[in-house]
Amino acid sequence: MTGAAMVRATGLTKRFGGLEAVRGIELDVAPGEVFGFLGPNGAGKSSAMRMIACVSPRSSGSLRVLGLDPDVDGPAIRARIGVVPQQDNLDAELSVRQNLEVYGRYFGLSRARVRRRAAELLEFAQLTDRAESPVEQLSGGMKRRLTIARSLVNDPELLLLDEPTTGLDPQARHLLWDRLYRLKQRGVTQLITTHYMDEAEQLCDRLVVMDGGVISAEGSPGELIARYCTREVVELRFAPDASRPGAEAFAGVAERVEELPDRWLLYAADGEAVLGAVHRSGVRPRASLVRRATLEDVFLRLTGRSLAD
Amino acid sequence: MRTVTAPEGGGRVLPGWRAVLVVMEHFWIWYRRGWRATVVSSVVQPLLFLLAFGVGFGSLVDAGGGASQVTGGVSYLVYLAPGLLAMSAVQTAAFESTYPVMSGFKWQQIYWGMAASPLTPGQIAVGHLCWISARMLSAGAVYVLIIGLLGGVVGFGIVLSLLCATLCGTAFAALVMAFASVVRNEGAAFSAFFRFVLIPMTLFAGTFFPVERLPEWVRPIAWATPLWHGTELSRGAALGTLGWWPALGHLVYLVALLALGVGLVRRLFRRRLAI
Repeated sequence: MTGAAMVRATGLTKRFGGLEAVRGIELDVAPGEVFGFLGPNGAGKSSAMRMIACVSPRSSGSLRVLGLDPDVDGPAIRARIGVVPQQDNLDAELSVRQNLEVYGRYFGLSRARVRRRAAELLEFAQLTDRAESPVEQLSGGMKRRLTIARSLVNDPELLLLDEPTTGLDPQARHLLWDRLYRLKQRGVTQLITTHYMDEAEQLCDRLVVMDGGVISAEGSPGELIARYCTREVVELRFAPDASRPGAEAFAGVAERVEELPDRWLLYAADGEAVLGAVHRSGVRPRASLVRRATLEDVFLRLTGRSLAD
Repeated sequence: MRTVTAPEGGGRVLPGWRAVLVVMEHFWIWYRRGWRATVVSSVVQPLLFLLAFGVGFGSLVDAGGGASQVTGGVSYLVYLAPGLLAMSAVQTAAFESTYPVMSGFKWQQIYWGMAASPLTPGQIAVGHLCWISARMLSAGAVYVLIIGLLGGVVGFGIVLSLLCATLCGTAFAALVMAFASVVRNEGAAFSAFFRFVLIPMTLFAGTFFPVERLPEWVRPIAWATPLWHGTELSRGAALGTLGWWPALGHLVYLVALLALGVGLVRRLFRRRLAI
């Protein structure tokens, strides 16, 4: 696997003037893997992605994509990867089909080949019946699907998706996830940035948590939860202005506690047992629930704040 | 540039000139969707200018008698037409190289999509410039036809005029594109550019009357504009009135300006897209 890494970075750094957006990260992405960058806005995810996409030169460190150096072979690497940028940059005045065909031509594909490829991709993105519509008439979810379809025009070996589902409604997100899952089954390596925990858990084999330009943890979703969290979490919600108990009320009940603006989180292997103990001690939250620990809890543990901040 | 082919017919890196052609292809496909509107403007505008200045105002000039010293004995319409050709190229350059370039970076952002493909920022810049040049050439060809219909053509030199006008417009377009690629606001700088650069240039760079008629201290400004050199070349080619040495001088000036503009715009596109 050492020689065949799709992306390998050591000490990868990006500076914009005095601001250090990416501060020496290490990455090793294997073929066929779906690899996630998880973190809040401004964590450096997009800057890292743009360096890997060979559109943004690195400030220092080493980077190899498909075994090549972006500083030397940028165009050759870009010919073999697909990029879904955070913000759609489709040509709004062209039709859906024209967007695919025109883009394919940038990759040196013949006219006949882009026509065939466009038809396949329209089918894949469920846009065949909108093929002749101008892009400006599409909904947000359709535009996103078209951007993903466009990124596949050259049969990429590596696909980079920067927040693929931000701003989409749940239905559109599920459709996109399904499409990304199919690509995974075909063996396309994917790098995904997201600040949605459920997205990372659904899609990623392995992920890194990024915050402030550095990687604070790495592993599969299950591993990260096992390493940084308990199996279950008890959420106790309180009305914003009501008086609520301090941390000492839960001492000895849970393994660890975390206070958020409107609730307490109690971490334990057995949530129901903890909830019972809390009730017996006389604490009366407005609402309570027991759930499985998620990556959100891991993130909270690692950075001391929730992703939405 | 080397060509790399991925397995199963995936993407490859195009040689430079083909990369420029596929960028032009994008603009061509975009243009085809709304070409009717531009055909109207590229016919109506020359017709209005030629009728108003060449035929209408020209009859006044020709009747005055004194003008023939300046026009070399030809009618004012014949004198004016090659100048208008150069002026129209420069106007097309100004419009096509300002807002469309800003849109490529900022509104539609199509440049960013291109930059994620094997195309380089320099190829994107040159591709867009070549597209603008092709538009000037085709709009100029329509202009020449209309000049002919109004009786303003005296020989085949006008074809050479068309090429000179396009060279002049392309040199100007490269510089304007470079300027547009550093404008970060919503294009307020463009209004100033139209008012204080484009309009004075089209009025005083020798299109309607020789620069020698201007006050002495203004002439050097006119001599510095690409339009004056383009107009001299274009008119010289149409009327056969320009000597070899002056012609060569104008040509060298425009080619040098074009080289400067292309160098600048490639560099600025790279700076904006590869950050």
